[in-house]
Amino acid sequence: MLIKLEDIKKIYQVGAEMVGALQGISLNIEENEYLAIMGPSGSGKSTLMNILGCLDTPTSGSYKFTSELVSEMDDDQLAEIRNRQIGFVFQTFNLLPRATAIHNVELPLIYNGTPSSKRKKIASDALERVGLADRMNHRPNELSGGQRQRVAIARALVNNPKIILADEPTGNLDTRTGEEIMEIFEQLHEQGNTIILVTHEEYIAEHTNRIIRLRDGKIERDESI
Amino acid sequence: MMRLLIDLWEGVKIAFQALRANKMRSLLTTLGIVIGITTVIMIHSIIMGLNAAFYTSISALGSDTLYIGKFSWMSRTDWIEARNRKDITLKREGNAIKEYATLVKAVAPTVSAQRTVKYESEKLNDVNIIGTNEEYAITSNVEPEYGRMLSKQDVDHRRNVCVIGWEVADKVFKNKNPLGRNLSIGSYPFRVIGILEKRGNLLGHNLDNEIIIPLGIFQKQYGARRWVTIEVKVIDPALIEEAKDEITGILRRVRKVEPHQENDFAINQQDMIADMYKRLTTALYAFAFGVGSIALIVGGIGIMNILLVSVTERTKEIGIRKAIGARNKDILLQFLIESLVVTAFGGIVGIIAGFVFAKIIAASTFLSATVSPVSVAIGIIFIFIVGTFFGLFPAYKAAKLDPIEALRYE
Ligand SMILES: Nc1ncnc2c1ncn2[C@@H]1O[C@H](COP(=O)(O)OP(=O)(O)OP(=O)(O)O)[C@@H](O)[C@H]1O
Ligand SMILES: [Mg+2]
Repeated sequence: MLIKLEDIKKIYQVGAEMVGALQGISLNIEENEYLAIMGPSGSGKSTLMNILGCLDTPTSGSYKFTSELVSEMDDDQLAEIRNRQIGFVFQTFNLLPRATAIHNVELPLIYNGTPSSKRKKIASDALERVGLADRMNHRPNELSGGQRQRVAIARALVNNPKIILADEPTGNLDTRTGEEIMEIFEQLHEQGNTIILVTHEEYIAEHTNRIIRLRDGKIERDESI
Repeated sequence: MMRLLIDLWEGVKIAFQALRANKMRSLLTTLGIVIGITTVIMIHSIIMGLNAAFYTSISALGSDTLYIGKFSWMSRTDWIEARNRKDITLKREGNAIKEYATLVKAVAPTVSAQRTVKYESEKLNDVNIIGTNEEYAITSNVEPEYGRMLSKQDVDHRRNVCVIGWEVADKVFKNKNPLGRNLSIGSYPFRVIGILEKRGNLLGHNLDNEIIIPLGIFQKQYGARRWVTIEVKVIDPALIEEAKDEITGILRRVRKVEPHQENDFAINQQDMIADMYKRLTTALYAFAFGVGSIALIVGGIGIMNILLVSVTERTKEIGIRKAIGARNKDILLQFLIESLVVTAFGGIVGIIAGFVFAKIIAASTFLSATVSPVSVAIGIIFIFIVGTFFGLFPAYKAAKLDPIEALRYE
């Protein structure tokens, strides 16, 4: 078992009102699963992903990642998990605008103390895997949307994480570019990676072999294909 | 260790990148630091210069020479009371010290007067005429450049001879050789037997504008003086306190000071002037420190302010860094380094500017300035303190940001 969620709740307080973004999610995810999370806007997909990615903490419930209890970790331990175990891909790419593609990919390596001589090699290998060998020294504003998302994927891959989380990775891309990105995920899955992605598009979800549908912060349906 | 070095180096790179992105702002931010460090370095250089000038100028007072007179050099003694004291006389005090003091190497009573000196048509006003004995050469540590000093025979036989200071020789004799010529000092003729080496100033008093003549002849020609100073050279600088005690005992005895009475004479030494000077410069130091500190605090607050703006502006960046595994301390270090880099830039400019201003002030006023490694060290210490202290709060704020909230920030 790679991930085990038990009765995860996330409650936001907005003014006097309580918003239950997640209202008791229990979920098991095995290694090398390829999973899509779907659901209407506001159903809690991003909230769930952020908790899975250790970016956010649940209000209650327990989260076990490879049998370690994430819900009880301190800031440094969470940073360590984000750095080594999880690769996060965002809808809006979230690259550092002033850094080149290769430097963006190097960042996770910097934060685990990989010496710079090794960093260059690992980062350029990762960029090669996503087909960007010829764009290493470009800054994000010199790249197309699809290329930026590839840089972000290369960055997510660079520490060989156990799991790749992607929140609407194709949301800002046209259909054709979206397909190209999905091909990369497909390959990663075939190489043994565990992938969880959030999407609104059925045709994107069709790439995966398990679809979880959320509604109002609850799992409405969990189907394996 | 490796990890830390990588962190530091990356931090410096990130800092430079961030500063390059905001050149004008970074420049203005450092202005306060520049002014602060400039002030500190400038004042420190000038104080160092003053110190150097001061200690050379009191070096003519040997550190192992005592000056015995009615008046203390310290302003503390009551001047009126001191004026009514029994005179220090050559016979009573001079001879007593000579006879009984065991810790002294040389004893030279001195009296002095200002006189006009003439040679042929050349004239020099207000020359300091000193009547003393042959041991004056030892007590005041002076040697002749040409000719010789007073001898015991000169003094014993009250010969009309004189040893003249460098400036007297230069101004009165021009390019003639003064040795063996007759100089008239206040209308009495004296044969020049020696010319003193160049000696410079003693606290603004020109030591080269001096003439030394035998004590007896001084008294005969110019009258007995009430202002006698007995200069005493101690046999060993380490024994100066013992020598003072010994002389105090001798003087109390010959001046018949009752046991319950205070000393009615003063034993002065170089230390006293140095002490006074030190007290004076301590005040100056405190003032400089105050001015510099205020400027640095103002500069530091400027840096803190701009760093806080920078943290807010770069909230998203911080979120991204945290999302991919930066720990709180990585972010803390990043902003601390940024603070130190800005401060260091301002500080280095300040150090250079401080030296330049100090030199300009030295060149255009009577003050002098010394550029010393100590000033640079002080500058660097200030840079570290200010950079760390004022960077800490913004850096801490950045480090504590919640990753997901930071990422959402637009
Ligand atoms: N920081 C927050 N403060 C208050 N409420 C929040 C916050 N973040 C999310 N929510 C609320 O939680 C609910 C779920 O939000 P979430 O972003 O997870 O939805 P989503 O499924 O990702 O939607 P979308 O498809 O539009 O991205 C929403 O009702 C939202 O208003
Ligand atoms: Mg969302």
